[in-house]
Amino acid sequence: MRQTTPQMDFLRGIWRENPVLIQMLGLCPALAVTNTVANSIAMGVATFFVLLGSSLLVSTFKRWVPHEVRISTYVLIIATFVTIADMLLEAVVPTVHKALGAFVGLIVVNCMILSRQEAFASKQPIGRSLLDAAGTGFGFILALLMMGAVREVLGNGTFLGISLFGPNFEPWVIMILPPGGFLTLGLWLLVLSWIQRRRAESAKVADWPAGVAQRRAA
Amino acid sequence: MTDSTTIPQAPPQDDVPSRKLMVTLAGAGAVAGLMIVFVYGWTQPTIKAYKARMLAAAVQEVLRMPASYDTLYVHQGRLVDQLPDGVSAADLEAVYLGYDADGSRIGFAIAAGEPGFQDIIGLIFGYDHNDGKVLGMKVLESKETPGLGDKIEKDADFVGQFEGALIPLLGVKARNASGDPHEIDMITGATISSRTIIRTINNAIERFGPMFDAYYEGTGP
Repeated sequence: MRQTTPQMDFLRGIWRENPVLIQMLGLCPALAVTNTVANSIAMGVATFFVLLGSSLLVSTFKRWVPHEVRISTYVLIIATFVTIADMLLEAVVPTVHKALGAFVGLIVVNCMILSRQEAFASKQPIGRSLLDAAGTGFGFILALLMMGAVREVLGNGTFLGISLFGPNFEPWVIMILPPGGFLTLGLWLLVLSWIQRRRAESAKVADWPAGVAQRRAA
Repeated sequence: MTDSTTIPQAPPQDDVPSRKLMVTLAGAGAVAGLMIVFVYGWTQPTIKAYKARMLAAAVQEVLRMPASYDTLYVHQGRLVDQLPDGVSAADLEAVYLGYDADGSRIGFAIAAGEPGFQDIIGLIFGYDHNDGKVLGMKVLESKETPGLGDKIEKDADFVGQFEGALIPLLGVKARNASGDPHEIDMITGATISSRTIIRTINNAIERFGPMFDAYYEGTGP
């Protein structure tokens, strides 16, 4: 197995292996509830909490869980944390809970969480699992925020409910409707892969003189 | 047997006693149950208090700030002001009767809900039974399309029309109103949502109207 440092465990989930933008996991909430920044934050934080709690328990009890029932046990653990997150949201921020609707419950089947349990927390020590979960969770929050910010600003003319453009702005309503989710995700993926390609090309250009020199020497 | 293909056998497995599997799952389930029960007990009072506060605020709003209000329960097709013995308040539908500072009746606040475009639209409205007039309307619960259907709660012009409108309400196309007090301008792009609100109020009055008559007869004006 490839060796990684604890720092890498934390950092790679945020950007290089971002769950939504790179791994394409957890797209259902990323498309469905990112119509406002507040909803994105609440969904991100709830998922972060579930991910961290599940990774902690899965990593702690990995030695005692037989291989045959590991998936059922993970799902049970995840479902417990989701139920807890659901009730906490309803008690602490009832308006946000109402806006998220069924999607809090659907965190149970977020494949991003299950994949972290199966691929990482069930094999690694507790500390590393927590770092990995926190990194992935922050990456998820970041991706949802990127979606939510674009959609709320264009679709409603506000950021976190604060009006940005004054009363003359005609909101681009489709951005806060479901199609806007797909449009925004597509645009972000386009921008990111464009940046990546530019980077790869400029790296090639930087290598060029050395390559030419080698060929000439040969 | 004529079929010559052999059924592939499952590869031999390391024997984990099934007792161990059951104990693991049962243990995990028990821990999960305990955690949920604990959090439920801890959050439920807050959730209930919030819901009661929201309802009280909504009653205040749709009855235009009554000095006080009574809760009336619907029991066997009649309105009663005392809970019947052996029935808990949670099992009964309730309406709220508001009074002004002199103690005269302002009207009833009625909560009702019907299916809209996405899901049930729950609302509460104030109703003056003497004049057959709506006093105010507030949407309590809706999952209508953001930006279109959710104008039923966010569009102040639409919500404001209900104050003073006469029963039965009649939905008309936006800006086509003739000034008839029964008419409500519907929202362009949210026809189904607007119509649901109007239908909900009309149906609720159709159902509660006779009960209000009976209650007024029984208790004096």
